[in-house]
Amino acid sequence: MPEEHPPLLTMSGITKSFPGVRALDGVDLDVAPGEVHCLLGQNGAGKSTLIKVLAGAHQPDRGAITWNGEPVRLRSPSAAVRLGIATIYQELDLVEGLSVAENVHLGHEPTTAGFVRGRAARDTTATLLKRLGHPEIDPTRRVGALSAAQRQIVSMARALSHDVRLIVMDEPSAALDPDEVANLFRIVADLTTDGVAVVYISHRLEEIRRIGDRVTVLKDGRAVARGLPAATTPTREVVALMTGRDVPYVFPERPTRPPAGEPVLRVQGLARKGEFEALDLELRPGEIVGLAGLVGSGRSEILETVYGARRPTAGRVSVDGRPLRPGSVPAAVAAGLGLAPEERKAQGLLLLESVTRNVSVSSLARFSRAGWIDRATERETARTATRTLSLRPDLPDAPVRTLSGGNQQKAVLARWLLRGCRVLLLDEPTRGVDVGARAELYAVIRGLADDGLAVLLVSSEVPEVLGLADRVLVLREGRVVHEAPAQELDEHRVLDLVMEGSPAE
Amino acid sequence: MTLTTPVKASAREGRWRALGLRADVRNLSLLGVLAVLVAVGGLTRPAEFLATSNLQLVLTQASVIGVVTVGMTFVITSGGIDLSVGAIVALASVWATTLATQEFGFAGILFTAVAVGLGCGLVNGVLVAYGGMVPFIATLAMLASARGLALQITDGRTQIVTVPSVLDLGVPDAYVLGIPPLVLVFAAVTAAGWLLLNRTTFGRRTVAVGGNPEAARLAGIDVRRQRLFLYLLSGLCCGIAAFLLVVLAGSGQNTNGNLYELDAIAAAIIGGTLLSGGRGTIVGSVLGVLVFTTITNIFALNNLQSDVQQIAKGAIIVAAVLIQRRTVRDGDG
Repeated sequence: MPEEHPPLLTMSGITKSFPGVRALDGVDLDVAPGEVHCLLGQNGAGKSTLIKVLAGAHQPDRGAITWNGEPVRLRSPSAAVRLGIATIYQELDLVEGLSVAENVHLGHEPTTAGFVRGRAARDTTATLLKRLGHPEIDPTRRVGALSAAQRQIVSMARALSHDVRLIVMDEPSAALDPDEVANLFRIVADLTTDGVAVVYISHRLEEIRRIGDRVTVLKDGRAVARGLPAATTPTREVVALMTGRDVPYVFPERPTRPPAGEPVLRVQGLARKGEFEALDLELRPGEIVGLAGLVGSGRSEILETVYGARRPTAGRVSVDGRPLRPGSVPAAVAAGLGLAPEERKAQGLLLLESVTRNVSVSSLARFSRAGWIDRATERETARTATRTLSLRPDLPDAPVRTLSGGNQQKAVLARWLLRGCRVLLLDEPTRGVDVGARAELYAVIRGLADDGLAVLLVSSEVPEVLGLADRVLVLREGRVVHEAPAQELDEHRVLDLVMEGSPAE
Repeated sequence: MTLTTPVKASAREGRWRALGLRADVRNLSLLGVLAVLVAVGGLTRPAEFLATSNLQLVLTQASVIGVVTVGMTFVITSGGIDLSVGAIVALASVWATTLATQEFGFAGILFTAVAVGLGCGLVNGVLVAYGGMVPFIATLAMLASARGLALQITDGRTQIVTVPSVLDLGVPDAYVLGIPPLVLVFAAVTAAGWLLLNRTTFGRRTVAVGGNPEAARLAGIDVRRQRLFLYLLSGLCCGIAAFLLVVLAGSGQNTNGNLYELDAIAAAIIGGTLLSGGRGTIVGSVLGVLVFTTITNIFALNNLQSDVQQIAKGAIIVAAVLIQRRTVRDGDG
């Protein structure tokens, strides 16, 4: 264990305030060379602020940083990079219009008399990509043309293009499939063997168990536990530290009687060329149907096509027996469909606006006469919806961007609750939501179904689909390969079905 | 989970908001700038600046560009831009003052100005919303074409208005309680614009489209139709402004409305409308227009040349935006 080494990095008493919030309150963190140090905490616990301090993007109000035994100040991101600290942010900061090699060397291009030595840049990039296990990525390729997983590799290559001693990874596995996560772990193991330290942030406890050495838990801007052994600390204890609660994943009970009644949503032969093949699906009121599959299996595309945000190449969608106009979101919304999209901030929310306006945006006709909005009714009705879902804080005028991930998701759900929607399409409803808040969100979703909504759920977390859905459709490469009640499946079976026969990458 | 009965918990909570009097730092700082300008004008040229006739003149001059700026504020709030406003004003003003149009008198001139504005806005809107063109390019093309067409119509000549009922609107006899009719039109457009932006579904959709077009689309808003309407609205404002200009100048010229696009964008931005969309303020835009018009007036009264005016305008834009960045920056960084 790395305990015998002197620490590579010591942060002590780091305090950082923003107007109105104390984001960090005397946080201590020490990282040894070659160690994988995991940082855990709910959203808003201060993880992002801490790594931004470490990256030189934020200046702490108080506190000291020691690097290799010497006190340092990280005045700018480039100062941190010069010391050998690289950060891979969750929202990747790549320039889509530039090539892979240009991105990798952005800001420190190899030059001769001011001219970029393109061949040298390409060669070192190719070497780095090979080291990262992705020699198939062409250094001359435009980054905009790469998949999310490949971009992550490029981001990592960029970090390694500096002489790094410490890499900070913010939720690196969030956009990855299981086999890609395995590659990520291999890379992390390689790095630590070379003596590079990794600060690893993830919501997934099982990952931390597999690759972490020690764990520091943040809560409300303080380190509530430092340097716990990652492999042996009981999950229960870690979750309790993070949340003050004991149980991480609690799925609500399924109703005892099977869903009855006529299907509210009927999908017949729906297909989009190159994305997914003829899909048949029926949803009854009160039923939650889950779609399980890898990234690229067509799950999000199916939801968006059902919703009219993408135009199908074949097939049709009907609600209550009436076919929807294909490729029209307003038609789908009018018929009673609602979508909680995968990228909540980019696709779901009006970030500059208040909670009320985010909730009411799809139901404006309801509060208006001749285009004139009755704002008192709007506000109070929206509040009824957010209270039904226990959205916190209960402040209708608070900007939606100040809410936690789970409460932002509730704002999106409240939007459809208010609209009186009958079929709810949920794409990764718990992405970016802390462990503690998930159980509550599951209960909310089940509660909506119990009230007669039909729910179509997509999640890359198999336990979530199995725990929440009544019936599960397993997708592989755009085809449904299996359909069964959730109780008859387990995680291994689903993963086998999902991976089986898929070409090795 | 039925949502038919709204909670009547906080009826009074939003009283101030209901009146629309929320203290907005941006508007306050602009009001401060305006107060300083009035003080400067009053100190340097006490007799002339504070004369009723001068205040009437300032407001009248602000009316034309003010009406254009209201339309521009909507377009910018929706994340778009309309570079063609000056050219549309020119085209509408010359089309409305041709001999053929003037035969139809007051109604002919008004109708033509508005119709030309709407027509140009329709073309802009269709190109942007349904043609998928970037607003900057589509309206730049309209700028070039409308200016060219205006020149073709006039052949570079000034078209004198001979319809008495139009000219009469500009003379002091027509003032209502000392307020020129053009200023009343400006006030009416401002009030209508404020209500439209802050109290209607149209305004709400405009802000949503500007704030996050993808989220707006997935929330069920017809984003393309909304964009079309917004450019139509901007064109309508240009048509109204063109009519005001015809009244004010007593003529139509193809050089009318020169660089109005820049003045309108600048006024909206210093007023606090986000150039990236998603936030817009009509009150701020109008204050921005008043600031610029007052500067021009003070400089003219002090016999300073327009080159100095231009430099001062540039400095004000920079200062206003810097002050806003300081006051608006809150703790989400």
